[in-house]
Amino acid sequence: MKKIPTASIEETTGRILDELADLPGGLLPILHRLQEEFAYIPAEAVAIIAHRLQLSRAEVHGVISFYHFFRTTPPGRRTLYVCRAEACQAMGGKRIEEHLRATLDVDWHGTTADQSFTLEPVYCLGNCACAPSVMLDEQVIGRVSTARIDALIKLAGSE
Amino acid sequence: MQEHHAYISLDTSSRSVGADALAAQLQATAVQKPVTLTLTRTGTRGLFWLEPLVEFATPEGRVAFGPLDPLGTDEIVQLFTDAGELNVSHARYLGPVDELEALQRQTRITYSRVGIIDPFSLDDYVAHDGFAGLRAALTMQGNDIIDAIADSGLRGRGGAAFPTGIKMRTVAAQADKQKYIVCNADEGDSGTFADRVIMEGDPFLLIEGMTIAAVACGASQGYIYLRSEYPQAIDIMNRAIEMAIAQGYLGQNVLDSGHAFDIEVRKAAGAYICGEETSLLESLEGKRGMVRYKPPLPAIEGLFGKPTLVNNVVSLVTIPDIIRLGATQYQQHGVERSRGTLSIQLAGNVKRGGLYEIPFGLTVRELVEDIGGGTATGKPVKAVQAGGPLGAFLHPSQFDTPIDYEAFAAIGAMVGHGGFVVFDETADMGEMARFSMEFCAIESCGKCTPCRIGAVRGTEVIDKIRNGENADANRILLRDLCTTMVDGSLCALGGMAPFPVLSVLDHFEDEL
Ligand SMILES: Cc1cc2nc3c(=O)[nH]c(=O)nc-3n(C[C@H](O)[C@H](O)[C@H](O)COP(=O)(O)O)c2cc1C
Ligand code: SF4
Ligand code: FES
Repeated sequence: MKKIPTASIEETTGRILDELADLPGGLLPILHRLQEEFAYIPAEAVAIIAHRLQLSRAEVHGVISFYHFFRTTPPGRRTLYVCRAEACQAMGGKRIEEHLRATLDVDWHGTTADQSFTLEPVYCLGNCACAPSVMLDEQVIGRVSTARIDALIKLAGSE
Repeated sequence: MQEHHAYISLDTSSRSVGADALAAQLQATAVQKPVTLTLTRTGTRGLFWLEPLVEFATPEGRVAFGPLDPLGTDEIVQLFTDAGELNVSHARYLGPVDELEALQRQTRITYSRVGIIDPFSLDDYVAHDGFAGLRAALTMQGNDIIDAIADSGLRGRGGAAFPTGIKMRTVAAQADKQKYIVCNADEGDSGTFADRVIMEGDPFLLIEGMTIAAVACGASQGYIYLRSEYPQAIDIMNRAIEMAIAQGYLGQNVLDSGHAFDIEVRKAAGAYICGEETSLLESLEGKRGMVRYKPPLPAIEGLFGKPTLVNNVVSLVTIPDIIRLGATQYQQHGVERSRGTLSIQLAGNVKRGGLYEIPFGLTVRELVEDIGGGTATGKPVKAVQAGGPLGAFLHPSQFDTPIDYEAFAAIGAMVGHGGFVVFDETADMGEMARFSMEFCAIESCGKCTPCRIGAVRGTEVIDKIRNGENADANRILLRDLCTTMVDGSLCALGGMAPFPVLSVLDHFEDEL
């Protein structure tokens, strides 16, 4: 992952704040926009947000760390969310979890050595009648088998 | 040339099993055969075991084919004869959609349009009774709207089953000028997707329901707090809101009534606890989702300290039909104090998983065996978890319980948001109990000790029992800990996470 230049972070964060700083309770929308831009929330942005919203840096950081969705380090090129919840477990989701951790050689929240995938647990994708389910970036995939997972990884990893 | 109008679902679940590939194949096939094809993407019928599914319009109504293999080119080419007619001798021909048993068993009121209309077409919505409830509401006094909702017997579909009319009356009674309508679309309970199916398949219905609530309560701003795991629902709701504004259904002067109402979608960020209403309000205010003490009730002091109506998606989308059809019509469905229909989500290891809108009163056995067809694996059913991750595991000996709020409460179970997850005999109930505690530990907001620490300890104690370390003594300890969590937790995450654990101890004692 190439380091994002500080100037670019400052510029983008400023632009997002110009647009959203006055939104009532706007911190989550601001953080979402930042993560859409950079795939994570860079530390440099936290100070800028805190200053503009008149919060302490600790407060902004406290919000970021509360929510599973926000990340403070760059993810791999693709993020694979694996549903660990009950309906998927009832359909053998555990096998998918174990297979993925072994195949990608990472634990939860980890990124593969070649930076191609980040593996995230998720507790239900609302796809419970087509279990087991995973989500690749924003694409939900149902009725997965280990074979389908292998094909998916091969395809997505080569893109 | 034969002209055909086809319908394929764009619902996330349908797409997750190949609806897009089916749509592409179908269009390619139409080019090869003497067929002129019009394709409309709709929401889902909710019959997920038949997906990917395609429907075609005929003079006698729609007919369906499914489940189709989206990559099985032959199967799709054969949907048409060489003359371009629909091939009704196709192995996957299901016949007229309206005659499918799985739909005939339902009473579709709230979900009557999903799977039929184009979710992006306001005209289609209006042609199917859309906004008739709002138009009627605009001719009524706020109190009369609320009376109708109270008389319908509607209780919150988000989990706590609190009477919706009473909550609305409290908000309406506040003198504040600024009030809010907050739609809880966090749908965190595993095994549930009713909110998503309606938002993706009939988004204007949610806009209409929220607007009627706003008119009745005197609120001018609405928020839909929508989980980040549902990117497509977020996109569809945003597009629907834009269209509704353009057509004057939202904005400074709703349908020239003098009422102002705006709706904004707020994307959540993956914290289960933010489905709890006060945590949700904290999150909407841009804070950590720490649960608030009650009182004050959100209806009196909610978002930014102002009176706020917080309701689940399904509660809100039920309102237009109550106003349009009248409270009596809705109220006549159901049993005892559970009135109307419940959107049941049947999932997990079950042959015919999907969304079924059914009047209260059906038994769990009828649901799982008659409607669901038993397990997908064909093995005996071992347990059903009802009401999400905080709901008890029901043992087959409890399957004759009717699905109604009080009957479920009487056996220590919960209807909740209407999710039913089926497990076959291979399920390891000790592991399921462990998962319940682990989930609570991961998702605890951390405000109170019994939940924050208790869930971590609970997971450890279950591990010890499963490893055979002082199992009997640890079982007693686990029950103690569960009691402490139930009695000492501020909200239902810590207060109910022990229920699935206790249900395993009570009914599957060989396994924990
Ligand atoms: C831990 C926890 C999670 C909850 N998650 C949701 C949820 O995802 N969606 C929802 O509508 N209600 C959820 N609730 C219930 C809400 O607190 C609240 O009762 C509901 O939004 C009120 O709307 P209703 O009356 O229409 O059901 C949750 C409650 C708790 C304690
Ligand atoms: S029970 Fe758990 S989630 Fe609920 S307020 Fe207490 S610590 Fe937070
Ligand atoms: S439990 Fe896995 S998608 Fe809902």
